[in-house]
Amino acid sequence: MPALNQLVSLCWLGLGTLGSRLASALVIVVGIAGVVGVLVALLAMGAGFEATLVATGAPDQAIVLRGGANAELSSSIDRQDVTVISAGPGIARDERGRPIVSAEVVVVVNIPKKATGTDANVEIRGVGPEVYALRPNVRITSGRAFTPGRHELLVGRGAAGQFAGLATGATLTLNQEPWTVVGTFESGDAHESEIWADAEALQSTYRRNAFQSVTVRLERPELITPLEAALTTDPRLHVDVTPTLEYYATQSERLRKLIDFLATTVAVIMAIGATFGALNTMYAAVAARAREVAMLRAIGFASGPIVVSVMLEAMLLALLGGAIGAGLAWAIFDRYTVSTLGANFSQVVFAFQVSPGLVARALGLALLIGLAGGLLPALRAARAPLTDALRAS
Amino acid sequence: MVRLAGVKKNYQRGRQTVEVLHGIDLDIASGEFVALMGPSGSGKTTLLNLIGGLDTPTAGTIEVAGRRLERLTSAALAGWRAANIGFVFQFYNLLPVLPAWRNVELPLLLTSLSAATRRRNALIALELVGLAARAEHRPRELSGGEEQRVAIARALVSDPKLLVCDEPTGDLDRHTAEEVLGLLQTLNREHGKTIVMVTHDPKAADYAGRRVMLDKGTLVAAGA
Ligand SMILES: Nc1ncnc2c1ncn2[C@@H]1O[C@H](COP(=O)(O)OP(=O)(O)OP(=O)(O)O)[C@@H](O)[C@H]1O
Ligand SMILES: [Mg+2]
Repeated sequence: MPALNQLVSLCWLGLGTLGSRLASALVIVVGIAGVVGVLVALLAMGAGFEATLVATGAPDQAIVLRGGANAELSSSIDRQDVTVISAGPGIARDERGRPIVSAEVVVVVNIPKKATGTDANVEIRGVGPEVYALRPNVRITSGRAFTPGRHELLVGRGAAGQFAGLATGATLTLNQEPWTVVGTFESGDAHESEIWADAEALQSTYRRNAFQSVTVRLERPELITPLEAALTTDPRLHVDVTPTLEYYATQSERLRKLIDFLATTVAVIMAIGATFGALNTMYAAVAARAREVAMLRAIGFASGPIVVSVMLEAMLLALLGGAIGAGLAWAIFDRYTVSTLGANFSQVVFAFQVSPGLVARALGLALLIGLAGGLLPALRAARAPLTDALRAS
Repeated sequence: MVRLAGVKKNYQRGRQTVEVLHGIDLDIASGEFVALMGPSGSGKTTLLNLIGGLDTPTAGTIEVAGRRLERLTSAALAGWRAANIGFVFQFYNLLPVLPAWRNVELPLLLTSLSAATRRRNALIALELVGLAARAEHRPRELSGGEEQRVAIARALVSDPKLLVCDEPTGDLDRHTAEEVLGLLQTLNREHGKTIVMVTHDPKAADYAGRRVMLDKGTLVAAGA
């Protein structure tokens, strides 16, 4: 394998002289670490937000809103409509034969963020008695569940972490009435950003009669379509039925698109900068060993291995930078919890997710930068007039 | 071994074209040791590079070791050089990161010889230049004369027909230079290598069998 042998000695030549060019090599490494770090952080944010919202849905759940409403706050469903909906076809029942549905009330209150002390919109969700059967992923982690009919609150883990004054035993004033926090729950989805209460009790505090949504569990996912057909053609109702998977995906879509756009724009701009840095570094690298490479070409080394060796060096440095950037982003941002405005104009608490796939994408970009930055210098190394390079002493 | 006819070489200097060699005719027989002499800028290196296939002429024909070089592409020339020419440069041009024997081995990386054979041949070449004991030393641990002898071993290792040397002693003191020149002479006399050597130094030229004088791009006199 003559070509491989040539490549190996050329790579040795490159690595052996790397020590004397550390400062210039750092330009690639640091530049690419920056690009990859920022890209990973931004994508991890988008991924975390999307994962939280998508996890909120389940394949056998559907949410019923008033016809034309695209979020709970703009929807309203009367008490008698809830009865009709609960009798719909295909809805699963608990062991006592009651339909697994939760008619829910959503109110938004202002609670200060722990981090900044500024008020943020937090969602209080009044839920029905079947809510634990409807959302079996909900687990009480401290205290206890609220008692139906009482002014008691169950706080989601994310809300408890992000907002002040939600410890068990604390009192909140809702519409001039005192409410007490009796426990916290986790669910691994967007509901963790909420505070839950008994729907009837919440309605009486806010003098409301109607609900905002009804979420139902079906016996099987395929039964969503027949239920939708039945409810939307029922003359007593004017509702839309949406699978919750689809509903929460739509809710996350706008922000995720924004984040993706941002990530792409920032990454492209930074990548262009890093490519020029890499170009500069590799030109210096090629110049540093111009005479050695000329000697090797004089004794007959082919241009292929020369080009490849320069590209490999650029990509190695790029990969090193990429790994550092991704590592830093992972160390700083993985599981980093923030909240942002989501559906219903209230805060969704979510954690950045640095996944292997995302790191692989960022490292791919790093390699691309290395490739782009290495190509022209590699060609110069392989094509520079031989006699000139040999003359230079 | 070498036959040049009407060789001209132009260089581009800015927008100006400069003719550096003005129609060189030169024959070198197999087994000769030729010293190529002349003042600075007379075109010695240019001529040597043409003979060694590092460059192509603007006009004229160059036949070396039975091949017409002016017709070869640069890739074909690279392959031809690997098979036929050993180069010795003024500044040795060893790779600082590799031990002596690895430097000597470099031309063999272009062949399909096994690693063991490559190492053996490299050590034989080092033996020939009297540096077998220095095989594992890196260039920085060697003296200038030793570095140049490693470079000569590298030029020899693939058993080329022609050795092309550009001021091989230009950077060495008198005593070391004589060692290197003696080595070249031995290679010529005992191993039958054809050698073309550029030098400024008349004493160095004494080791050669023939002198060729170049002045301002023209061959002026050839004597023994
Ligand atoms: N690439 C080039 N471009 C332009 N001019 C060149 C180039 N290479 C050589 N020359 C010119 O050609 C002439 C001959 O150069 P060459 O190096 O062959 O001379 P030389 O006899 O080897 O000189 P020296 O003894 O200094 O090594 C010089 O005037 C030199 O400046
Ligand atoms: Mg010269």
